[in-house]
Amino acid sequence: MDSKSITFFPEQASSIAGTVDNLYLFLVLISAFFSLLIAGLIIYFAVKYRRRSDADMPVPAHGGLLLEITWSVIPLGISMVIFAWGASIFFTESRPPADSMEIWVTGKQWMWKVQHMEGQREINELHIPVGRNIKLTLTSEDVIHDFYVPEFRTKADVVPGRYTTEWFRPTKTGKYHIFCAEYCGTKHSGMVGAVYVMQPADYAMWLTNGGAQGSMSQRGEALFQQLGCVTCHQADGHGRCPTLVGLFGKPVEIQHGQVVNADASYIRESILYPQAKIVAGYEPIMPTFQGQVTEEGVQQLVEYVKSIGPKDTTGAGAPTPSPLTTGSQPGTAQQRATNPTAITVPGKR
Amino acid sequence: MITATPTQHEPKNYINSDYGIKSWLLTQDHKRIAILYLIVVTAFFFLGGLFAVLIRIELATPAGDLVDSNVYNKLFTMHGIIMVFFFLIPSIPAILGNFLIPLMIGAKDLAFPKINLLSWYIYVAGGVFTLYALMRGGVDTGWTFYTPFSTSYSNSYVIATGLGIFINGFSAILTGLNFIVTIHRMRAPGMTWFRLPLFVWAHYATSMIQVLGTPVIAVTLLLLILERGLHIGIFDPALGGDPVLYQHLFWFYSHPAVYIMILPAMGVVSEIISCFCKKAPFGYSFIAFSSIAIAVFGFLVWGHHLFVSSQSVYAGMVFSMLSYLVAIPSAIKVFNWTSTMYKASVEMSTPMLYAIGFIGLFTIGGLTGLFVAALGIDVHVTDTYFVVAHFHYIMVGGAIMGFLGGIHFWWPKITGRMYADTWSKLSAIIIFVGFNLTFFPQFILGYLGMPRRYHVYPPEFQVFNVLSSAGASILGFGYLLPFCYLLYSLKFGPKAPANPWGAVGLEWQTSSPPISENFEVTPVVTQDAYQYSTREEVKVG
Repeated sequence: MDSKSITFFPEQASSIAGTVDNLYLFLVLISAFFSLLIAGLIIYFAVKYRRRSDADMPVPAHGGLLLEITWSVIPLGISMVIFAWGASIFFTESRPPADSMEIWVTGKQWMWKVQHMEGQREINELHIPVGRNIKLTLTSEDVIHDFYVPEFRTKADVVPGRYTTEWFRPTKTGKYHIFCAEYCGTKHSGMVGAVYVMQPADYAMWLTNGGAQGSMSQRGEALFQQLGCVTCHQADGHGRCPTLVGLFGKPVEIQHGQVVNADASYIRESILYPQAKIVAGYEPIMPTFQGQVTEEGVQQLVEYVKSIGPKDTTGAGAPTPSPLTTGSQPGTAQQRATNPTAITVPGKR
Repeated sequence: MITATPTQHEPKNYINSDYGIKSWLLTQDHKRIAILYLIVVTAFFFLGGLFAVLIRIELATPAGDLVDSNVYNKLFTMHGIIMVFFFLIPSIPAILGNFLIPLMIGAKDLAFPKINLLSWYIYVAGGVFTLYALMRGGVDTGWTFYTPFSTSYSNSYVIATGLGIFINGFSAILTGLNFIVTIHRMRAPGMTWFRLPLFVWAHYATSMIQVLGTPVIAVTLLLLILERGLHIGIFDPALGGDPVLYQHLFWFYSHPAVYIMILPAMGVVSEIISCFCKKAPFGYSFIAFSSIAIAVFGFLVWGHHLFVSSQSVYAGMVFSMLSYLVAIPSAIKVFNWTSTMYKASVEMSTPMLYAIGFIGLFTIGGLTGLFVAALGIDVHVTDTYFVVAHFHYIMVGGAIMGFLGGIHFWWPKITGRMYADTWSKLSAIIIFVGFNLTFFPQFILGYLGMPRRYHVYPPEFQVFNVLSSAGASILGFGYLLPFCYLLYSLKFGPKAPANPWGAVGLEWQTSSPPISENFEVTPVVTQDAYQYSTREEVKVG
């Protein structure tokens, strides 16, 4: 980054960077060819057929259908190749692999807040291990932002009121730019940060040094108690509200026979806008938790629901606690053990 | 066809037919209304240009040292709003289209002369509203007004500016309506659809977009104003709205609006190339129908602005593919213009220099459109300077080159004066060079990852920003030149003959400047457009 030489490409620091650059180079070649062709013809004609006297007359040309079809079909063919190529890259970019490591990112005017599964939090920085698939789940507290890392050739809008995702597999250790790419107000150009891509061992070391107070799901669990969710959403399903055990990632039947998937967006919506989708057979009695829980708190709650969900949630979100994290967080096992009782005690009917 | 017979001394024309400010402000003559537009549109161009100059000075260094972030954000917002809504959209249609369509089809005026004047007043009223907002402190949302920033977070004059654009939209709708009715109902005897000059076809396509598209932006802005004023909850998720819905509505108009800017310029270029090649454009009907195809397909591609917005992956793929389809008619035009020069009798006049400059810059703008329409590349370059460069190649390289080419081509007809040939050629070249130096480095900046709308940027981007700012100073100087020598020509330029370029359109068959009624006798058209004498005809005759 700090080299004085002029470059035309950002570093290729993710698994897709090379494929994006290849298509880009292909397009540069196509564009250069057609630009030079048109420019060359215009200059050639302008010189060769320049008017030499006022009596000079042109030779009429009668439009040729064949010619018109040729120069319509060839560009169409080329552009369909570009379309298919670009779409296939996009398809890859849009589908986080199942084994991705998940990280939550919240944008707000004008900073990035990051929560790692293991509980570490950072601001305007993102530490990740090289070679792992990383899936970011993004949301905003205020206006639309956009999480952009040029060296990874990818970005995604960060939209208030919904979760968007972005994934990449960093292939090179180093420090790279985070830019907010969607205009978000006064200090838009100050909403920048750095991605630190580290060797896995260094990353493991970094995780232990974070001084995190429990994993995201543990914090979510604490919130679940603190906000009183537990009084209705009882583990055994006998509460006034549906149980959340084993819920995550499963289809849920709601009113009018509709079925929705219990993903992170659904959980978020149910916490903040509980009247939006009522589970079939239940009364719309849940109050909204808007203003009582932050976006980051909601993310912790989602992780908690995920942690009590089916064990094999495509492997993606399962907080597979590494030896490192469990080591640094004493009390995990104990809390887990006490949970079921905590949930079941108040609500037996 | 008729030829006007100019009388010996001071023939009456639309300019000297009446005097006094009232005769201009209450005129119903399409030619005088075109002049009214020319004055106000030019003023807005230089105001928008002034903002661009300040932006480029600020960006010459990575730090924010000329103005603070709030001011910078207002500068690029006002630059965009003024250039898009108050310069580019009205420029060619309301000035050249207004002046020329009746002349080209052999009519006395537009179908609704009073509505034509009304649309100028609406345009001025919209402009005054926007300038009021500007003077009160401006607006900092970007010309795109994305929600929920614009509705709930910005502390600037969003409502006043939005109202200004809302009001201004009616001007475009009325002008478009006027053109459509005029082209349908006012053609001279014998002026069939396929005898219409391509300039008229292009304006017909443009008018369709104006009439069908502008109401959508009007309603969108109205919803935005209501949400900001009354918190009704359409776009802001905190009020139960959907912020991405706004983007769909906004681009449903604003993408076709790009074609409102570029189609008339394409019409101008078709006229200029034909005239200075002294032959009919190659593939007349293909150029004509490609304008219509662009207008129709243009309404189906708005979603390509939303590839990273959280729009569905499949919607992204459909919009990407449709965007390639809209590229084909543009390619057809470029190939046909180039072919027109084959075995032609090419004269490198000032308008021709602009027209050729247009083809070159539009080609680059169009080809880089292939980049941003490719999903995999757009994810990287959207919201960066790559996009900024791309659309400036289309709007400045395309639309403004077309506008200046048209102004130089019809200046003798409009004013009755000739301008200085050397100065005008020199300025065309300066503008072309300055333009490329300004905007080509921005493609590189964008691919390197510099986001747009950044007041402060990392130092590694400085080299290309300095190049761009240097180019902008050349470009700015280039734009001042025509302003000076064209004004000079009004008083000191030699009198223009009725047909200084030896062109064949109906507008050249009447005096320069034309009389108020356009033609002494309604012309009767007996042949196709662009019937220049050619070698074969010489042989036959």
